[in-house]
Amino acid sequence: MCRLSAVTSDQYFSPMENILALETMKEGHDGSGLGLVLKDLGGEFEHLKEYPILSGICSNKGMEALNHYMEEAGFVEKFMWEPRIREIPGSGITRRDHYFAKAYKYPPAFQDKNEEEKEQLLLETRLALRDLGEADESIFVFSFYPDVITLKSVGDPLQVGEFFGLDKDSLTAKIIFAQGRQNTNYAIYLYACHPFFIEGYCTMTNGENTAFVPIREFLTSRGFAGYRGYNSDSEVFTHILHYCHRQLKFPLPYFKDVITPLQEGEIEGRSDRDAVRLIKKSLRPLCIDGPNCIIGFTPDGTVFMTQDAKKLRPGVVGGVPGKYALMSEECGLDRAVPERDKTQDICPMKYDMVVVSPGARKVTKWNQLNV
Amino acid sequence: MEPAERLDANHELTLHEFPYIIQWREDRCTRCGRCTAVCPVHAIEPTVFSQRVVKSEGSVPTPTTVRSIMQGVRQVTEIDRYCTGCSTCSLVCPNVAIEPEYNPRHKFLFYKNKGGVPYKRGGRRNDPTPSTVDQLKFTRISMLTDPALDAGRHEFRIRTLLGRNLPPERLPLESREGKLRVRGETGFIPPVREIFPIRIGSMSVGALSPHMWEGLAMGVAYLNEVEGLPVVMCTGEGGIPPRLLKSRFAKYMILQIASGYLGWDEIVHAIPEMTEDPAAIEIKYGQGAKPGDGGLLMAYKVLKLIAKIRGVPMYVDLASPPTHQTKYSIEEAVAKMIQSMSMAWGFRVPVYPKISGTKTAQAVLNNLARNPYAAALCIDGEDGGTGAAYNVSMDKMGHPIASNIRDCYLDLVKQGKQNELPLIAAGGIGKGGNLAANTAAMIMLGASAVDIGKYIMQAAADCLGNEYNRCNLCNTGRCPRGITTQDPRLYRRLDPDRVAERVVDVFKSADVELRKVFAPLGRSTELPIGMSDALGVANKEIADRLKISYVC
Repeated sequence: MCRLSAVTSDQYFSPMENILALETMKEGHDGSGLGLVLKDLGGEFEHLKEYPILSGICSNKGMEALNHYMEEAGFVEKFMWEPRIREIPGSGITRRDHYFAKAYKYPPAFQDKNEEEKEQLLLETRLALRDLGEADESIFVFSFYPDVITLKSVGDPLQVGEFFGLDKDSLTAKIIFAQGRQNTNYAIYLYACHPFFIEGYCTMTNGENTAFVPIREFLTSRGFAGYRGYNSDSEVFTHILHYCHRQLKFPLPYFKDVITPLQEGEIEGRSDRDAVRLIKKSLRPLCIDGPNCIIGFTPDGTVFMTQDAKKLRPGVVGGVPGKYALMSEECGLDRAVPERDKTQDICPMKYDMVVVSPGARKVTKWNQLNV
Repeated sequence: MEPAERLDANHELTLHEFPYIIQWREDRCTRCGRCTAVCPVHAIEPTVFSQRVVKSEGSVPTPTTVRSIMQGVRQVTEIDRYCTGCSTCSLVCPNVAIEPEYNPRHKFLFYKNKGGVPYKRGGRRNDPTPSTVDQLKFTRISMLTDPALDAGRHEFRIRTLLGRNLPPERLPLESREGKLRVRGETGFIPPVREIFPIRIGSMSVGALSPHMWEGLAMGVAYLNEVEGLPVVMCTGEGGIPPRLLKSRFAKYMILQIASGYLGWDEIVHAIPEMTEDPAAIEIKYGQGAKPGDGGLLMAYKVLKLIAKIRGVPMYVDLASPPTHQTKYSIEEAVAKMIQSMSMAWGFRVPVYPKISGTKTAQAVLNNLARNPYAAALCIDGEDGGTGAAYNVSMDKMGHPIASNIRDCYLDLVKQGKQNELPLIAAGGIGKGGNLAANTAAMIMLGASAVDIGKYIMQAAADCLGNEYNRCNLCNTGRCPRGITTQDPRLYRRLDPDRVAERVVDVFKSADVELRKVFAPLGRSTELPIGMSDALGVANKEIADRLKISYVC
């Protein structure tokens, strides 16, 4: 089972906290990789919040092509962070030429545009860079968005953390998602590594998505350029979240109603039953059957956990006001927030969605039947 | 040797030209005469044979041969009285003395056009090879990385939607204090029914006997009201018994309107008295078994009840033209018909067209996709059945349903409308007896539901027909089972309660079998429509054509 470790806090913290929590959950065979998404950045990025950050991996040739493309597009590099790579003998981690997070100034023509137009530019740029370097694997770009960094590599999660020198680095954030044991079912590929990110939305998942093909077909037919990739069947969860919340403007809990729709008798008890009925019919192809535990965040910094309705993929949420962790196993929670009241831990069940408010102020359990 | 005179200028056929040859056992026959009396086509008759018998009488063996006259049963060799292989003779024989045997080397079609009249019959396409749908297997079994579900323990929803779903982008919703509400000014929200994904396809009162139709209707009502399975059935063209139309059971019925508009004067006048809306309205533009042909109910089938339901005089041929004469364009006239039918029930009832499987199905589909009032598209493939058609239409016209549905579904996917306009697949579903497997395969190719006709006639009423041209007398009004006849002497053979009981058996077992297919695939909550990664086939051409896995 993939290991999931998400922490949200009102203070900046190091991604090593997530990685060490992942380490406590390590059991069985692994070594497949680590994916990290950091949001609400601290350290050197704390004062660069308005600048979009391009996160990726390049070969020397790829870096040249990338720089050329960005220059042509009018982006001006403001700051670049690179991990201080520490080779770990025997780890099997393949060192690539460049790992980076670059903050850019928007092209002059876009500096006064509204947020939506800027987001569109960032998405198109990321997709163009992906197209530029996907075939020969010279460029991998994972996110291009303000105040967000994505790091991915193949290898044992703890060793990858050390490889990136994260234990010594000042890189911090207030929301960090980490996923270990990447995609062990197939050949490991960087674009298949969780967490996935699109326009402020991020999710990571464990389990295999049985309903993947019809969902992929539905998303790719929405006419939104960003709904592509799908090297992992879990990427659709990020896009379903983006589609429901950003495109359709549904409040967050309806994400749960979309992926695990209630039955007719259950809908009858809802105060918003007419709306739920329409959603169930119109979004029928996005229903999942699991097994999946999904942890995600939205652009305002809300973090949540929810599951499919039938199969077993556990998850637990706990913490103290100011710091909550969402983990696939209890031991990870113990490592991340040992000082919490364990009796208040929440294991979301069939109808539940656990939501931690922005700034990790409070946690609420939303139940599909009690609306 | 017999003299040859009898063969001069002789056009008599030998038995070997016929598709079925009667095997009669002289030693078992009691000469009761039941077989010759019951044969619906008079293919056998009592006769006498001259027989050579060896006798020995007296105290010592003294064998002598004598000729005696023996009564027996003979198969006639007139082409109009050919044995159809129905086996009614075997059914009535008290001593297992007679049965027809299929003759694979027959030359029947060379002769069955006497008087310049082409061969007409009922039934289905005479092609016993497995259909494409029957060759599909479910190869994505959930194992370890993705737990399978338990068909007996987990909660399953084998349901589908009949009706047009609004695209999510156009849902009339607004968000207030974190909750979604339906806006006051919603515009048109199309009606949608939640139904069981296997429907009983269109077969009319008239084509079917009163007992058969009543049995189907009773079974459907029982499934809905007692078993909680929302099965619906289609009336076919020819109206619906008035008491049923005005009853609460009308909601389980899809009313079909076709090119003859038979029965619709009565329906339209009864609308104010209806207590329930029908499940849907099906506008029939074509039929899979006989594309481009209309319908014809022979005069001798138009008895009092049929005449009353259809609003016509008794004993007249009721012809439905091959096409709707007023439908000059899909963008205008067809759209208007869909809107008119919607309007008749206050836009509360889904209205959709049914067409024959055809290479032009996507053209129809694309027009319907643009028509916000079109509730679905039903495509009837070449393996569909019919009560009466030319043999050439049944055997050689039409399009297989598998690739037709797949192409249409993938076309909808391109447009993002795969959930907007449901596709209903008909024609050969359950042809080989694998009802649930065929249904599941069609769903995974992209259908939202399937229709069955022949399957239910066989399973519920023991229809004798098969793909070897057996029986197929539906058009003659002499159905030996009493399924497609208006002759009370024939349809009293069929007990409507028994038919209803079998209908219930069929749907309950199909519900269980569908779970047994979906559970190992790990699906349970919504139908796996378009889940083509679960399908495999051991034929590369089919795999490529349907865009599914080739497995071997």
